[in-house]
Amino acid sequence: MATQQVRTHAIDMSSVLRNKGDQGEINETCIKVENLNLFYGQKQALHNINLEMPKKKVTAYIGPSGCGKSTLLRCINRMNDLVDSARIEGKILLDGENIYDKSVNVAALRRRVGMVFQKPNPFPKSIFENVAYGLRIQGINDKRILEETVENSLRGAALWDEMKDRLNDNALGMSGGQQQRLVIARAIAIEPEVLLLDEPASALDPISTLKIEELINELKEKYTIVIVTHNMQQAARVSDYTAFMYMGELIEMGSTSELFTNPVKKQTEDYITGRYG
Amino acid sequence: MDNSKIGHHISEQFNKELEDIRNKVLVMGGLVERQIELAIEAYTTGNMELAEQVIKQDNDVDLLEIAIDQECTQILALRQPTAFDLRLLIAVIKIIHEIERVGDKAERIAEMAIQLANSEIRISHHELEHMAQLVKGMMHDALDSFARMTVEDVPAITALDINVDREYDSILRQLITRMMEDPRNITRTLDILWTVRALERIGDHACYICEHLVYMIKGEDVRHLGQEELEKIVKVSR
Repeated sequence: MATQQVRTHAIDMSSVLRNKGDQGEINETCIKVENLNLFYGQKQALHNINLEMPKKKVTAYIGPSGCGKSTLLRCINRMNDLVDSARIEGKILLDGENIYDKSVNVAALRRRVGMVFQKPNPFPKSIFENVAYGLRIQGINDKRILEETVENSLRGAALWDEMKDRLNDNALGMSGGQQQRLVIARAIAIEPEVLLLDEPASALDPISTLKIEELINELKEKYTIVIVTHNMQQAARVSDYTAFMYMGELIEMGSTSELFTNPVKKQTEDYITGRYG
Repeated sequence: MDNSKIGHHISEQFNKELEDIRNKVLVMGGLVERQIELAIEAYTTGNMELAEQVIKQDNDVDLLEIAIDQECTQILALRQPTAFDLRLLIAVIKIIHEIERVGDKAERIAEMAIQLANSEIRISHHELEHMAQLVKGMMHDALDSFARMTVEDVPAITALDINVDREYDSILRQLITRMMEDPRNITRTLDILWTVRALERIGDHACYICEHLVYMIKGEDVRHLGQEELEKIVKVSR
């Protein structure tokens, strides 16, 4: 008599059922905003913001124009210091240290917290020098180190294969999408911990936009990313967490999949579904 | 009727599209409710014309299902809906599937009515009719809740399913006895059994519609959770 074989299908159900929205993992906090108020002169632009951004995750800020999302983003590397009328109360902790502490060296902080703006702003120099710039101003001029860093950064920004034969060309001759990725390469060349992206794809065509989004997905393995975007679908696609802001207040923050399928607050629901409140 | 859940989009066109989908679902539900009613009447009275009508009407239900599905797909592709809008579309896609299945059950009852019409065995329809009223009511209330976009009546509707199952078991026992008494009755009795089974399934589909409705309104998936959990979730105001 033939022995009957009992087949067991060893399927790890937990791995099959796990999806992007699951919050099973424990996240280490990278940036913590505590009771943050910001005033531009008499006008208060941010009202008592409290939120935490986990390490090596993408956090998106969404909200209508003028809701304070860019202002909040700029607080994270003290870009608002450059605005004369801006006054800030409260704390922002980066790895537990208050970046508004008097002892903090702002230049050193901005080395740890890189930023990319809406419009690509390459320097009128060669592609190579653009990426190497951050190292050069730190006094690093060793050719071997520079070459290695430039290659790694361009690879990191998914630009190496397109640009490796054009490193000495002027960066201003690149397309908008390429320039934006170059700027990201420049930002990651100095190995920051945090990348702040302020509308990084809003001036780009759909293909370049997708490339930037793909890049964000790869970059989060190494960096904590905070992105401001007008494009809600983009926030939904690229981020792990989403914070919705309105009139200078943080209305709701949660996992992106939860916030976009089942938001808690009515204001969030109205905004993401395109309703007037 | 409160349509505030659907309306108030900045895009008036989007409001219209969602409203149109909702209306089509209600038309489809109305058709199927009528199908059940006519099928039962055909069954109990032996009116073949009614039975034929039910079978013919199923085509309309199928066409509506396809049309609504297409509209939902289009909105998903073009408008990338989120939150309630997204849940509404997902729930509608599932709900119309349930409604279509109910239509199939009504068609089946109509077919049985035709088969049994010439039979010399007459059976008491009393219990079957009672069960039919029960599931018809469930279906009506489920669709009514969808129309009003509320879930407050859902627990009461799903709770009735136990009664339906009980009646189904009771009729089933009688039919088994009948078959044992006289094997010549088996074919006919089985026809009755299919009818009762179809009714029982209509009750199930009404419950599924309710579950999709809870997902749509509350954002919670209550499938396979049982009555108690469902009641808890429905009570949480959101």
